[in-house]
Amino acid sequence: MSDLEQFRKETRAWLEANCPPDMRLPLEDDDDRYWGGRNAKFKSEGQRLWFERMVGRGWTVPEWPKEYGGAGLSREEGKVVRGEMRRLGCRSPLDSFGIWMLGPALLRYGTPEQKREYLPPIARGEIRWCQGYSEPNAGSDLASLATRAEDKGDHFVINGQKIWTSYADKADWIFCLVRTDPAAPKHLGISFILFDMKSPGVSTKPILLISGKSPFCETFFDDVRVPKGRIVGEINKGWEVAKYLLTHEREMISAIGLPGGRPLGQIAADSLGTEAGILADTCLRADIARFDIDAYAFQLALERTGDQLKAKQANPAISSMLKYYGAELNKRRHELLMSAGGSQALEWESERSRHGEAARSWLRTKANSIEGGTSEVQLNVIAKRILELAGA
Amino acid sequence: MPLILNEEQALVLDSARAFLADRAPVSHLRKLRDSRDADGFSRALWKQFAEMGFCGTLLPEELGGSGLGYVEAGVIMEEIGRNLTPSPFLSTAVVGATTLMRDGNKARNQELLPKLAAGDLLLALAVDEHAKHAPSATALKAARSGNGFALSGDKCFVVDGHVADFLIVAARSAGSPGETDGLTLFLVDAKAKGIDTERTVMVDAHNAARIKFDRVQVDADTVIGEVDHGWPLLEGALNVGRAAVAAELTGAGQGAFERTLGYLKDRKQFGQPIGSFQAMQHRAAHLFTELEITQAAVLKALQTLDGDFDRAAMVVSVAKARAGMSATLAVQEAVQMHGGIGMTDEFDIGFFMKRARVGQELFGDAGFHADRIARSQNY
Repeated sequence: MSDLEQFRKETRAWLEANCPPDMRLPLEDDDDRYWGGRNAKFKSEGQRLWFERMVGRGWTVPEWPKEYGGAGLSREEGKVVRGEMRRLGCRSPLDSFGIWMLGPALLRYGTPEQKREYLPPIARGEIRWCQGYSEPNAGSDLASLATRAEDKGDHFVINGQKIWTSYADKADWIFCLVRTDPAAPKHLGISFILFDMKSPGVSTKPILLISGKSPFCETFFDDVRVPKGRIVGEINKGWEVAKYLLTHEREMISAIGLPGGRPLGQIAADSLGTEAGILADTCLRADIARFDIDAYAFQLALERTGDQLKAKQANPAISSMLKYYGAELNKRRHELLMSAGGSQALEWESERSRHGEAARSWLRTKANSIEGGTSEVQLNVIAKRILELAGA
Repeated sequence: MPLILNEEQALVLDSARAFLADRAPVSHLRKLRDSRDADGFSRALWKQFAEMGFCGTLLPEELGGSGLGYVEAGVIMEEIGRNLTPSPFLSTAVVGATTLMRDGNKARNQELLPKLAAGDLLLALAVDEHAKHAPSATALKAARSGNGFALSGDKCFVVDGHVADFLIVAARSAGSPGETDGLTLFLVDAKAKGIDTERTVMVDAHNAARIKFDRVQVDADTVIGEVDHGWPLLEGALNVGRAAVAAELTGAGQGAFERTLGYLKDRKQFGQPIGSFQAMQHRAAHLFTELEITQAAVLKALQTLDGDFDRAAMVVSVAKARAGMSATLAVQEAVQMHGGIGMTDEFDIGFFMKRARVGQELFGDAGFHADRIARSQNY
């Protein structure tokens, strides 16, 4: 047996012994996710146990170095852990922008001190991060951002406004893009800075969305003092860090295109019935089958691009392709879920519908092709950086 | 296993790419078509395939083969697709060789397969009987007769049927059309009495045939696999064929896309390359995405055939369905983006559209495979 097969066997055995049964059920709604942070509460004993066991094993971040709270696994081993978790239906023990976005940027651009200070609390789910990128006048044209960080000797003073800050009202710290040199061309005067959301002068205001929920906030900075050592990478070179992080954000958002929860075909069969094993609505059946084909192929494409990037056989801009396709796929999935649910999926308030979970989730997915760079921006990136078409 | 080619497979890719681009570019197909070649493929080129070791890709070395796997066969198919090369590689070296190897009749294999590897024996699979691929609907009758069987019925869309030395025939020896039980495979001499072969030149100028069987007497030892239980062997061969055609379609889609991308950069209107217009850029980027995602599914299907043959059916269906859809998109966009010149016979892009249409139908179109996936998931 190869080492990797042995590792797979051990992983499977450990997961089977340690993942509580209720943590192997598909998520019922977004409240079932555990995000960690100073104010986090576990929804169940199983959730707590699962989280603590995974933290203990370094498997909230399996591929990070052990000194930063990871398990130091190779990419191949990490794939095995994720694959076995998927096989057993294990939930993610910890959802975290720290893990998905800031961590990879710190591992690449952080100083040794910054890594030691910020990475272990991310791995242990102690600090919950949010991302301060978009502004009211800097959406697709993110580099035109105007939030100002003025150099006051030993510290910066930050003034400005961010928007679409996911969970800013629940986050402990923020990683933020600020303008440190207003005179420089727009990409060259930006810095990447970290600060505590409890700092005086920080305030947040949730934005009510069409889903009736408020996952995003407006975030205001009014003379916020931030010590100098909180800049990641070089001053005025934050755009480089931001772009690197965006590729991870794109990979994260593209993962929403992965199959998860109960298979669509089964949900539709329960809702609409079957005749001789065939879904009663044959038009919907064809649409679902086409979706299943694309979703499975997309899962393989994620795996393949990961392997290609590791072997240096892929253009890093390939993350735009995954983000584009994953977002569109998730929107398609929720359109099909709404079709499968029919009028039952339209209920907005009833207990029966878990307060309109299906409809609210469907509406939420419409942001997938806007957040993290719109689908149109991703297509621009592919055209320019991969296909090398002029003038994009 | 990483979802990329290993070093050995990458070497096969390099040699297949260079060989086919040099010896059998699209102009090779055009020449065969325009000269109304009786074979519809070049026997000289097929001999070179043998010298390259391609004919015996899937055969073990002791039978004169190269001892390689389905990933390597798929890599060669992709280059065949990129160049639209008419070749018995699919019917003989992939589907035919797989059927005989998996049956494992030693005496027969020792007699036939070294000839196959040397480029001296052509095979063709006769399965379809109607407009749409539906192997379980096989009705061609195998009636017990003398020391063997008498075959009666009609086959169509038999790729390379008019040039094959032997036909692998799916026949119904028991049960009724629609049942997977009761099928038997036969290896039939293409010149046997009672066989009437009509070459059907297809839209893509590739080979196919309609074949009528009128009480064709075959001995019991022509059976491949088990009498009445030929379905698993047939399905295995078809899955290999489906993955191989998916690889070919990937190559054809890529070929059409590469030409189109070149055209977007060269062709100027309104004083600038048409590829600088966002309307074109977004469509090109979308097409690129579809083709890339398909490539992942095709490679996974080929890897699964190599590593876990009996569990490959679903990923093969995903690959074939995706390849059909993305190649179709690629050739449609290709003709549209080329504008008027894309409609001319003189320009090569139309050949890609024609081949993609045939590849879509061969061994089940996207709808056939979507249905298979839905059934496997109980909906």
